[in-house]
This record gives sequence, structure tokens and C-alpha cells, in this order.
Amino acid sequence: MSFFLETLLGGLMSGMLYSLVALGFVLIYKASGVFNFAQGAMVLFAALSMARFSEWIPQWLGMDNLFMANLLAFAISVVVMFTVAWLVERLVLRHLVNQEGATLLMATLGIAYFLDGVGQTIFGSDIYKIDVGMPKEPVMMLENIFEGGILINKEDFVAAFISALLVVALSIFFQKTATGRALRAVADDHQAAQSIGIPLDRIWVIVWCVAGITALVAGIIWGSKLGAQFSLSTVALRALPVVILGGLTSVPGAIIGGLIIGVGEKISEVYLGPMVGGGIEIWFAYMLALMFLLFRPQGLFGEKIIDRV
Amino acid sequence: MNLRKLAVAASVAAIGLSAALTTPAAFAAEEQFFPVLAYRTGAYAPNGAPWANGFVDYMKLTNARGGVNGVKLIWEECETGYATDRGVECYERLKGKHGGATAVQPLSTGITFALTEKAPGDKIPVITAGYGRSESQNGAVFGWNFPLVGTYWMGADVLVQHIAKKEGGFDKLKGKKVALVYHDSPYGKEPIALLQERAKMHGFEVQLLPVAHPGVEQKATWLQIRQSKPDYVFLWGWGVMNSTSIKEAQATGYPREKMYGVWWSGAEPDVKDVGDGAKGYNALAMQHGAEPNAKVIKDVLSLVHAKGQGTGPKEEVGQVLYMRGLISAMLQVEGVRAAQGRYGKGKHITGEQMRWGLENISLDQKALDALGFAGVMRPVQTSCLDHMGSAWARIHTWDGKKWNFSSDWYQGDEKVLRPMVMLASSKYAEEKKIKPRTPEDCKK
Repeated sequence: MSFFLETLLGGLMSGMLYSLVALGFVLIYKASGVFNFAQGAMVLFAALSMARFSEWIPQWLGMDNLFMANLLAFAISVVVMFTVAWLVERLVLRHLVNQEGATLLMATLGIAYFLDGVGQTIFGSDIYKIDVGMPKEPVMMLENIFEGGILINKEDFVAAFISALLVVALSIFFQKTATGRALRAVADDHQAAQSIGIPLDRIWVIVWCVAGITALVAGIIWGSKLGAQFSLSTVALRALPVVILGGLTSVPGAIIGGLIIGVGEKISEVYLGPMVGGGIEIWFAYMLALMFLLFRPQGLFGEKIIDRV
Repeated sequence: MNLRKLAVAASVAAIGLSAALTTPAAFAAEEQFFPVLAYRTGAYAPNGAPWANGFVDYMKLTNARGGVNGVKLIWEECETGYATDRGVECYERLKGKHGGATAVQPLSTGITFALTEKAPGDKIPVITAGYGRSESQNGAVFGWNFPLVGTYWMGADVLVQHIAKKEGGFDKLKGKKVALVYHDSPYGKEPIALLQERAKMHGFEVQLLPVAHPGVEQKATWLQIRQSKPDYVFLWGWGVMNSTSIKEAQATGYPREKMYGVWWSGAEPDVKDVGDGAKGYNALAMQHGAEPNAKVIKDVLSLVHAKGQGTGPKEEVGQVLYMRGLISAMLQVEGVRAAQGRYGKGKHITGEQMRWGLENISLDQKALDALGFAGVMRPVQTSCLDHMGSAWARIHTWDGKKWNFSSDWYQGDEKVLRPMVMLASSKYAEEKKIKPRTPEDCKK
């Protein structure tokens, strides 16, 4: 029983981390109708920026204060991600207003390859450390209830908590602020939003900035766990089944989807994996998402699209 | 002359000039070409780049020392991204350049599998120092593959010998459990056959735990390890998979002292990001470890880096993977030297002649010392039938800051390895309808 609970908790915590990346997809899709394939590349770019600046700043300023170095690196990385957002809008999206969704998707695919390549050219292709003080050692809990207790990964626990905070903040931003409502209006209909005076270019910059911040937080958490390196861009592939399952337009969907995928893949790997030779968790997550789609094609919380003909 | 005629004339002149620059005759006399299949971008770049830097630096060092009996080495690099299709594309693009490739080193077991089919037709030796197909040690069947200095079966055999020694003998392995956490690819699957053979011999259990590319998601794997509590974990990873495994071991409380990586899971990029969390982690050393004090490293620093010609960062020189690349290049240079001994000193050699050279490498300790490899590696002696040439390895352990040797030398057990190599290579020969070379064929 205790091992099952460990697997379940491990899955839930992994799921929260997937949700964090899935949120980036949802934010941009919700506000601009663009499926941003570059979200993984943004996570990598942001993580590399954070890792390298936190390493360079003490060398440049001759200081030995990790907290200050991280704070400055975070501030610079925010500026870097805002600049990326502004450039994406100015050089790519502005020219593709009212184009087919597939065109926008292909454009983000191009942005992904560009960011992957440029990120490694500017920041290097080694494995870089992000040390924001995340605890690494595990802790045993409920030892008097279960024999041997339940092992909890403190780092995952802290990461899941930060992810939850970010989700709450984003939900409030979308539901309760004027900018959030404008973002949703743009997502519903570009032309209608423009006709009532919502500036499309500014809104797109804002949403890419918010997605950039989400990518930065995801990059710091994932980078702290795995090191800032190229494979972080593949983390986006782990979030794809989450958005398929949760629905592309729902913030709660990204969370619930993340938790279901996280738990599903861990339990499948641990309990079914040994029967079929193991290594099934990646494709099992997609299979799980597709099975849900059989019953709810719009995802768990996605909007049902009904077009008038 | 009108514009059209001028354009035609210019094109003809350009083609002529290009042909003059690339025809074998222009290079064949005093240059020897090597394609460099490398990966400096992508998921495996942190491990691929230092290898490539060491590899290229040694060729620069050889040229700085006057070439191989005056023959200068030339090379061209191609980025494979550790992908088999791109590796084959690189090979096809470079194999005919500058008078033809002398040999190729793919640094990927997947690419090696693909090139094994092509090499006999192209007559280009495929050198796979410390990787590739283990049965390709048998030169009678795999005439063009050279797993010099180590195969995965040999590496796995040494690891089993080491844990047996720690336990107090092979008989003490009975009832023990060894988990193999491996990259789910041809590379990661290579040691399975040897471990299963040894498990049968000594009565221990092998738990197989594949990890999907690139290896960043291992939570479920380590939960299984936590459940099954193996006595030892062998790690057959590459790139970010290695550091992720060590981090997950830390997160699940598995002792790093009981973890043993293959030689591709035991370098600085695998542990430096983990720091103290990796303290006590062990890995195979394919003879060498980190060798900052070796004479050859001092030569690289003074003859290459001091002149501003270093390929990578100076602080990387002498690190584990840099050394692996350097030794891989040294072995091919010694192959050229051996071939020149037969086919003419100071002359360009063909791929076929290079094969003869690689089958006749004879590096005793004196020769290695003269090249600057004293204390780094032990003698290598290849033959037509033995394309590995040396089966020595030892263990090194990470102390939180650097790698230190923690065992004496071991040698792969030929009594275990040879029958496996012969069986697997005969099966391959049968499948591919290859007539194995005889000792008489080898004299040709």
C-alpha cells in the first residue's frame, strides 16, 4: 500500500510540473488561437538564460552572493523573455493576422527551431546548473502508519507548490482583470475584438510575455531538477497529452489533465511496464489522452465548438 | 563576349578549379583525410562536444609533431545530432572527399549498426573505440569494424568481476540482484546478453529497466528500484540521462556507492551538475580516467592550445570524454602509421590499407610512453581476428569534485567473452551470408 501511495504521489507531483508547461500552451491558445509549438523551446531558452546569467553575474560583478545572483539573473531573464515576446509579435505574428491556424502553427514550429539553435549558440550546449536552493534529499513520512513510511521527494513537493501558486495567479489574471478579459475576447474573435478597440498587437505581446514568464518559472523548476540543457525543450512533448486531455482552452483543464497524465504514466510504468518490457510511460500518456478523446473530443474542460453552417 | 557566354565560361572555370582542388591526386600524396562525425548540438551535446574536441585536438597535435611520417592529417566535421539518419547522411557526404575517407568514427552505436552494412562495400574501416557491436571484435566476420580497446560485453564483464570482488568472490553473487538502468536503444541493450550469461553462471538476478530517449523522465524507474531494492545498479546511459539517474537515486535515497556506470556514464558532464549528490558514484574507466597530468595533455596545451588553435575550452583538456576522443584519434593515427610501415612511409594510404594497419596495431608500453600515454593506458595489440586489441579497464569514483581511480586493473574474461563473440558473430555471418576470413586471408 505504501508503495502504491508513493507512486501515486510521485505521479501527482510530476503531473503538476507537466501542468506548468501545459499552461504555456493554454495561455497562448486561449488568447490568440495559436497552438504554440515553441513553448518547449521557450522553456529551454528561459532556463539557459537563468542558468548562464546566474553564473556570469558573480564573475562580472565580483560578488559571492547566490541569492543576489539568482535575483539579478531572474530579472534579466524576464527582460530576455519579454524581448523574445516582442520580437515574435513584431517579426512573425503581426504579419500573420487572420491567417489559417495551420499557418500560425507552422510559424511557431519555426520559432521553436530558431530558439533551440540560437539559445545554444548564445548560452552554450553543456548542462548548466540552476541552484535556487531547492531541497534535494528525500523525506520519509507517515512512518507510524505504513511500515517503512512513505518517501516524498522534497524537490518535487516544492515544485508542485510553486506550480499551484502560479496557476492560481494566472486564473485570477484571466478572470478578474481587464487585460485578462481582453485576452479572452481576442481569442474568441480577432476582428470583433479589434472592432471594439482592443489593440491586437499589444494583446499578443502581453500574452507572449505571460507565456514567457510561465516558461521561465517552468525552466527554473525543471532546470533545477534536470540541469539547464537541450532536453528541456522535449519537456513540451510531455505536456502535449496534458493539453489534449485537459482541453486547449482551460486553465483548470491543464491542471487536472496534468495530474491524470502524471499519475497514469507512473502507475502504468510501475505496474504494467514490467509485463511488457518497460519503457512505456511516454506512449502510454498519449494513449491515455486519446482514449479520453474518444468520449470527449474537446478534452475534459475544452470548449465545444459549434459552427453555424 | 556576351553575358551568356561569359556566364558559361565562368561556370566552366569554376568547375575546373573546384575539380582541381578536390581530385584525389591533389591530396593523395601527402595528406590523409578523416571525416569527423560529431554532435555539438542537441540532447547529447554535453557529452559529444568534449569527445570531438579531444579527437580534433589530437589530429592537430599530430600535425604539429610533423604528421605521420610527414603525411598531414586533414578532416571535415559533420553534425550528426546523435541521430542515425543524419549520421549516415554525414558518412555518405564525406566518404569520397579528399581522396576518400581513411576511416570513420561515428560515436554512436545506432550509426555504427547502420554503417556496418555499408563499410564492406566502401572499404572504409569503422572504428568504434569503446562502443558499437560487441561481437564485431571478431575480425573474421566483421572485417571492417574495429571496437578498439573495449566492447560493452567486456565492460559489463569487468563490472561483474568488480562487484564479485567486493562481495568476496563469484559464489557470493548467488541470490543478489543487479538492476540495469539502460538507454532504450541499441547502445543501452548491448550489455544485456553478457549480464544474463553471467547471471546464469553465478546465480544472481538481473532486473532490466529501460529509459526512453533522452532519459529525463526516470521517476517510475527509480520507484521500481526503490521497491525491488537491488544490491547494485548498473547504469548504461548517455547525455542527460546519466545526471538524471544520479539525481533520481539521490531523490529516492538509493546509495550512490552501489551505482556503477559504463564508461559513457562516468565523465564530468554526468556529475558536475549533481555535485555532492553524486559523491561515491562509480563508473568504469575504459583504461583512462581524467588525465590532466599526462604528458600528451601537456603537449596538447603547449603545441596546440598555447598557439590559439585549441578546438574547445582549455579547462576541458584532460577531462574524461576529452581523453576518450583523444585516444580514439591516437588509435587511428597509429593505424595509419602501421599501414605506412607496410605500404610505404610518408605515403597516402587507402581505406583498405588502413584496415591492414588497424589489424596490426602494436603499441607496447614503451611506444605508449613515447606518445605521452604513460599511466593512461595499457598495451594494445590487434590482429586480423581480434579487432579489440586490449581488454583492460578499472573503476573510478566521483568524490564531489573530481574522478579518482578506486580499483586496480581488471581484464575482460576471455573464457566468457570469446564463446559469446564467436556465437553471435557466426549467427551474423549466417544471416548476412558472409564467408569468414581465414588466417590465410589475413596474410593478404
